[in-house]
Amino acid sequence: MLNRILKLAVCVLPAALIVGCATPKAPYDYTAFKAAKPRSIVVLPPLNNSPEVNAGNSFYAQVTYPLAEAGYYVLPVALVGETFKQNGLTSAADIHAVDAKKLNEIFGADAAMYVTITNYGASYNVLNSVVLVTANARLVDLKTGNLLWTGTASASNNEGGNSGGGGLVGALVAAAVKQIIASTTDASHPVAGVASARLLSAGMPNGMLYGPRSENYLKP
Amino acid sequence: MKTSMIKSAGLMLALAAGVALSGCASAPKTLYGWEGYQPQVYQHLKGESPDQQIAVLEKDLQTMSAKGKSAPPGFHAHLGMLYSIAGKPDQVVAQFEDEKKLFPESATYMDFLLAKMNKGVN
Repeated sequence: MLNRILKLAVCVLPAALIVGCATPKAPYDYTAFKAAKPRSIVVLPPLNNSPEVNAGNSFYAQVTYPLAEAGYYVLPVALVGETFKQNGLTSAADIHAVDAKKLNEIFGADAAMYVTITNYGASYNVLNSVVLVTANARLVDLKTGNLLWTGTASASNNEGGNSGGGGLVGALVAAAVKQIIASTTDASHPVAGVASARLLSAGMPNGMLYGPRSENYLKP
Repeated sequence: MKTSMIKSAGLMLALAAGVALSGCASAPKTLYGWEGYQPQVYQHLKGESPDQQIAVLEKDLQTMSAKGKSAPPGFHAHLGMLYSIAGKPDQVVAQFEDEKKLFPESATYMDFLLAKMNKGVN
């Protein structure tokens, strides 16, 4: 029993450290991001390094809300995936390897978001199964190929324990969760929505900057 | 002089209170009316048939216009793609044009898709 709890702590702690502690120590250098001033973002189908086959679709369906509400034009994700398919690219790894200039030419987007899912799903080796979703993202300028921003975020369905957990989940995240279809039977899908909101919303510590369609654009 | 200053100060206070009140009363403001867009994208990505999704998204557009909200980025383009799968090419073009009108940033991609459609027809 104690052993199990320790195992869980060992698993969860590194994730908590990455998300929690990276923030106050080193503020992100936004020089390249601010100079590039991207208006539109094409999010590529996520690279899925978790064993859950559905993780890519689940995460991909939920990237538009945080980025669009941050003030960017986000290209229609399903249609973007379809365009790659019609050009013979079905694996996310192949898609992530496509030349930046080519992406700019077809999609006309200023920047591309490369998402990688590292955790998706439940671990059953603890008392009550815990769903954990972790992903990282890179924003790349499609004209220059420069890296503009990078970030990591996690979410689990076990946050806040018995205390209700209202404090941990901000208004943005709550709004994103409301987007999720009520009848979903997949417990990981809403957790992926929270992870996506934390990863891609503007105004988070070291997070994405606001885009031109937001009233917070270019405000300090 | 003094009374007019006091009066104007009072007016400003009242205005500030009004702003504060109206600020509090409104729910968290979003740029767009989202309705079922993301859940319907998920249904599509999971390979569900388009008819049900089209019905939901068409209804969502009515809800948005009733609420005075604008469709989010990608909504019209996505609906256009569903029409295309359902074999309704005329409605595809209309949706892609709507996307362009709402979001000029989409023009390059929408024109790319429209050009491909035309090639397919001819």
